[in-house]
Parts: sequence; C-alpha cells; structure tokens
Amino acid sequence: MTLTEKKEIIEENRKNQMKSAIKEDSNLLLQVKNLKTYFYTEEGIVKAVDGVSFNIFKNEVLGLVGETGCGKSVTALSILRLVRSPGEIIEGSIEFNNVNLLELSEEEMRSHRGNDITMIFQDPLNSLNPVILAGDQVAEVFLLHQEEELNKIIDVRLLERDKLVQELKELKKEFKENKEQLSETEKEEFKVKIKDLKKKIPKAPNLKDVALEKAEQIIKEVGIADAKQILKRYPHELSGGMRQRIMIAMGLSCTPLLLIADEPTTALDVTIQAQILDLMKNLQKKFDTSILMITHDLGIIAELCDRVAVMYSGNIVEYATAEDLFKNPRHPYTQGLIGAIPSVEKKDTKLTVIRGMVPNLIYPPSGCRFHPRCTERLEICDKIKPRFLEINDRYFIACHLFDPEYKESPKYQWDETESEESYKV
Amino acid sequence: MTVINEKEKISERKKNVVITVRNLKTYYPIFGGLFHRKIGVVKAVDDVSFDLYRGETLGLVGESGCGKTTIGNTILNLVPATSGEIYFEDDRIDNNFTQDYRKKIQMVFQDPDSSLNPRWKIVNIIGEPLRILEGMKKRREIRRRVLELLETVSMKVEHLDRYPHEFSGGQKQRIVIARALACNPEVIILDEPTSALDVSVQAQILNLLKDLQIEFNLALLFITHDLSVIQHIGDRIEVMYLGKFVEEGTIDDVFYHPTQPYTKALLSARPTFDPTTRSNRIILEGEVPSAINPPSGCYFHPRCPEMEDHIGCNIEEPTKISISETHHIWCQPFKNGKKF
Repeated sequence: MTLTEKKEIIEENRKNQMKSAIKEDSNLLLQVKNLKTYFYTEEGIVKAVDGVSFNIFKNEVLGLVGETGCGKSVTALSILRLVRSPGEIIEGSIEFNNVNLLELSEEEMRSHRGNDITMIFQDPLNSLNPVILAGDQVAEVFLLHQEEELNKIIDVRLLERDKLVQELKELKKEFKENKEQLSETEKEEFKVKIKDLKKKIPKAPNLKDVALEKAEQIIKEVGIADAKQILKRYPHELSGGMRQRIMIAMGLSCTPLLLIADEPTTALDVTIQAQILDLMKNLQKKFDTSILMITHDLGIIAELCDRVAVMYSGNIVEYATAEDLFKNPRHPYTQGLIGAIPSVEKKDTKLTVIRGMVPNLIYPPSGCRFHPRCTERLEICDKIKPRFLEINDRYFIACHLFDPEYKESPKYQWDETESEESYKV
Repeated sequence: MTVINEKEKISERKKNVVITVRNLKTYYPIFGGLFHRKIGVVKAVDDVSFDLYRGETLGLVGESGCGKTTIGNTILNLVPATSGEIYFEDDRIDNNFTQDYRKKIQMVFQDPDSSLNPRWKIVNIIGEPLRILEGMKKRREIRRRVLELLETVSMKVEHLDRYPHEFSGGQKQRIVIARALACNPEVIILDEPTSALDVSVQAQILNLLKDLQIEFNLALLFITHDLSVIQHIGDRIEVMYLGKFVEEGTIDDVFYHPTQPYTKALLSARPTFDPTTRSNRIILEGEVPSAINPPSGCYFHPRCPEMEDHIGCNIEEPTKISISETHHIWCQPFKNGKKF
C-alpha cells in the first residue's frame, strides 16, 4: 500500500467518524447540564454535586468513576429525582428525550421511574423486599407500568377462551337434542369429546398470572435456568449473584431507555462479577438500552464502557472515550487514580499515592478542588475554578494545565517539608 | 552449581519457618432439630497444609465463603481446630496457645470501624495490648510507646487523645496496624485489610505494609479476594476453593503459569485495562456450592470448564501434583496423558 492510499483511507475514516459523531448528536438520550445538588445539614451546606454536565447517547454505556463521597450516587439519584431531604436539586437541567425531568410533576416523574429509566442498586439484599416472593416483586413492575399491555394479552386470551366455550356449548346442545336417537357407543364418544374440550379450556386469565408469566420470561433472560422455582423463593433464599440477577431482571423488565447501575457488582465475588458484567454487556445489546455505570473500579469501566466521566469532589474533572482516557490520562487526579492500582509492572516500585485526603464538601477548597493534592499545581489553581473545556474531539477536561488562557501560569512550588507531611495522612 | 545453590536456599528458608500448618481441619457444627442436636458440619477448612516463612508475604486467595478467614482465626486459636497441627517455630500451638503467642501473632481485621472501640481514645486502644500482654503499668511509659508506634505508621502526637470517629478510613486502618505492632509481633495476619478502602487510600496502606515488613522483618499472612493486591505485595500465594487449596506457588508461578482450571478462571475474571486478557476470558457457570454438602470428588467439578479432559473428577478427590519445587496444584490427571 502506498503512502497516498494510506492517507486516503485515514481521511475517509476521519470523515466517517465525523458523520457518526453528528449522527450520535441526534441520538442524544440524556443531557445533564450544570446539575447542582446540595444537602442542607446542621453543620452546613454539603455541595455533593456542584455543576455536573454530561450526556448519554442511545445505546451507549457511560461510566461514572470516582472515590467514595465524590457525588457519583447523588448524581444518579438526582437523575431519578430520588434525592431525599435535606438534599435538594438547586440548579441545572436534566433533559431526557427532550423533556426536562426537573420540571415534571411528581405524578409524571413516577411514570418515568422504573419504566424509561430504571436503577440497579449496590446491595441487592437491601433493595429487595424480604417478605415478598421474588416473582411477585418482578411481576409488580409489570403491573405498575405495563397494565395496558397485560390487558391486551388478557383480551386475546379471553377471545380464544370464549371461542372454546362457545364450541363446548354447541356440542352439549347437539348432544341433548340427539340424545334419544344415539346408540350407547355414540353416546360414549360424545361424552369423551365433551370431556376433552372441557380440559382444553384454560382458566380465565387474570392480571397477576400474566404478570408472573412475563416475570418468568424476563428471569430466564438474565440467565437463571429454573425460573419457575425462583419465582416462589424469598430474597434470603437466593445467593448474592442470583439476587443481583433478579434486580437486573426488574430493571430491564420494561425495556428501559436508560439503566442506571450503581456499583452493581461491588458486593459480589470476582467470578460472579464476571458473569454479571458479561450478562449486562449482552443485555445492553439485546435490549438497546443505554447504561450509566457508576463504580469505583476502573477495571470495570475499561471493560464495559464506551465513555468515562471521572468525578472528584462533586465535579467532573475528565470526560472522554474509555480508549483515550486509559491510553493517555491527562488530569493529574486520573493519573493518580490509575497509578494507585496495584499491578505487576509496579511490583518493585511503590504505588503512586495522591497526597492528602478527599476534601470536606461543606468547605471545599477554592479554585480547583483538587489543588491541595495536585502534583502539577500552578499558581493560579487555588484562585480560579477551571473551565470544563473540550480540548480534543469529545475529550473534555477541567484543568488549568490544558486551558490556553492559564497554561502559562508559573508552577506552584511545593514546600518539600509540607508535602512530606501531607503524604502521611 | 546452581542446583546446589537452590537447594541451599531452600534449606535456609526451611530454618526460617515461623508458622507451620499441617493437615488442618476446621469444621463448624450445625445444630437443629427438636433437641438442638448436631445435625451436620460445615467443612470450612478441610485438610490444609502450608508453611509461613520469616519476612515473606503469603497470600490466601479465594471467593467469599471458601474458608480463608477461618484459617486465620484457627491459627490465632479464636476458633478451635477440629484436627491437624499448627506449629509456631517448633512449638505446637493449636492445643497450647499461651499469652506469649498472642504477642507474637497479631491480626488486622477487615473493617477498621468495628475493630476500634468508639468510646476509647487512641492511646488506650493502642495501649491495651501493652498493658495486658507486655505488663506495662506507668501511664507515661505507655504514652511514649504508643507515640512511637503512631509514628511508625506516619501519624502524629495530636492524634493520641482523639476518638476513632475523628479519623478517616485509611487512618483508622493505620491505627489498627499500629496496635498490631505494639508487642513486636513476628507474624501479622491481615484479613482483607484494604477491601473497605478506596484505591488511593489502599495504595497508601499497601506501601506502609511493605515498609513495615522490611523494617521489622515481619511474616504477613495476607487474606484477600483481590488478586491484583496480592500480586503487588505477595511473595507466595495459596488459592482456595471451598475449604481446600487448589493451587500454590510463588506469585510468578501462579500469575504467569496458572495451571489449575479454577485458578485460570479466577485470574481471567479480573476486570483489566488490557484488551488482550479480555478476549480469552473464562466465565464460570453457576455458583460456589454449599460447604455443608459439597459435590463428590473434586469440589470444583460441577463448574469446571476442563472436566471433560480429566479422569474421574466426580469420583476421586484430587491429588497434589508438583509442577516445580515451589508450584503445586490439586487436580486430576489428563485423559490423554498430557502433562501439566
């Protein structure tokens, strides 16, 4: 292949990518803009989510990663408007299919929850009701959100049943009218016919039975072989992996457009985790669902997600495709986070440690919230909050190091003794 | 020449054995029925033998419920052993666990929150083993020693008189480690010390443990389910499944040449950044069976992806097969006579 040909191919690829990028924009499913969720506690205002913006396209898996207390889960709860008092969504917009969820009434919101947008929580034992059978819990989702469809199924079945009932009636009539003319053997034949037909007529279907049938189908879908048995079990009788599968079944039962998974595998073992991740991957393709995957495990993100948003202390600091981010992490926090993961290559060296601790969210540091812990800190960092800039195609970062306006600011000189101290927290 | 050297090395290491465990079995009885009779046993640890050398880190890896923690508890005599022998250097300790051994073997538990008394100050928490085991009485003496200990885990004077709730998770774990170091132990059993912590804090604790091990020549028995942690910090590793070992060896043996099917699956199940390992992932079907009535033969055979290729998996118990001097597996031979 000559060089020019290569160039042509590269050029074409780029065009295709541009096209797909434009196409994806029309495929926008969820757009979160400048979301702020604060908690009004007695000690002060906890700014758990402070100006978060991201979007999710159709059929995309977006990973939200960060340490404990950085506001990942609150972001998810805000999307579903499940933030409890004293928490409140202060500002911003959450557009789902061009509808701003924050402006809906509680009633309208409820029709979205569990229907278009569903959520899987971290601990499946706590999110299932211990005194209700697993099957009933899954069936409840259908009863709540798909009553019309269930009624349609019932109508079809009732029609079929009516036909059979009609047939039976006619047969009985015929038998009565001709009773005297028939011989014994013929009479017997008639009786057998009537009996058979009676057996064929099913019970009149009711809503709950149909819902349970649907539940059985969806439970089979999530890889549980003996679904019928599982329907009649209580949550405590199931293993951790099973419970999480039931949760996923509930989440997917209404074929939602968006599935929010909040640390779905943290409570599970590695081999079971691999099963569940594999299942989610397959189901995502099958049901054409978008997933917002919340986790602190960067490995899971690398496996499953198309794009990643890294959160730190209520802000998104880096937001890019998974490939770009893991190949070349740019934000000092992301670099630190990846450096802290133990692996073979780092065996004989020490793990990189991010100095200091996660800041208090009531009095967050001024300017960039990461500046007290940042090794690349500039003089400007504690004064001005970094802008959320797109430095490359679909590569967003909030860091002064990449902001053309502040790039030239002199580097901050860490006091060596101070840094030595602050490592030891 | 090299062979002799290797042998010398091994005999030298033999001298350095701190803890020897031989054919250890720990069963938990199950009570039930009308008169609360014993109706069965959970075979939490079933015939396990290993050595722990001075200054090394031995990893004990497996899924939840495989008996890792029970081994730790049995060594400390917190749970009585059903049968088998445990030696500290040359002394048998499973039937004669004196205070002296409490000093020499210490433990760090998974959840630092529940291992610190919320009503006690840090001085008293770390000072407790000094008072009880070392017999220190003077308050000033205790304070001085506690401060020394706090400094070894990179904490400061002002932390002495605080309560546990004033610390972050990583700091609490440091306090627990300081308490474990109080009596100059020779062995520390670490039961999932970092699984309640964030990655960046975990990195701090792992670095600290590495430093302390070199400083005090500690033998660490590191119980964990996180394979990358043990790969980073460990020297040797034992892989457990349902109360039995399935593979043992040095980190390089096990991580680069996993031979037992379960180890292979466990290693491949880790989520990684590396796309090449992702392509040949083995996903096990089903779940860990109950230890109350485990499957016949090899406990792993109902889930084993390689069962077809081996002889008698569901009939005979697996045998110990040596692959090299340090690397052993418990498995059945191949049907076609292939070697491991």
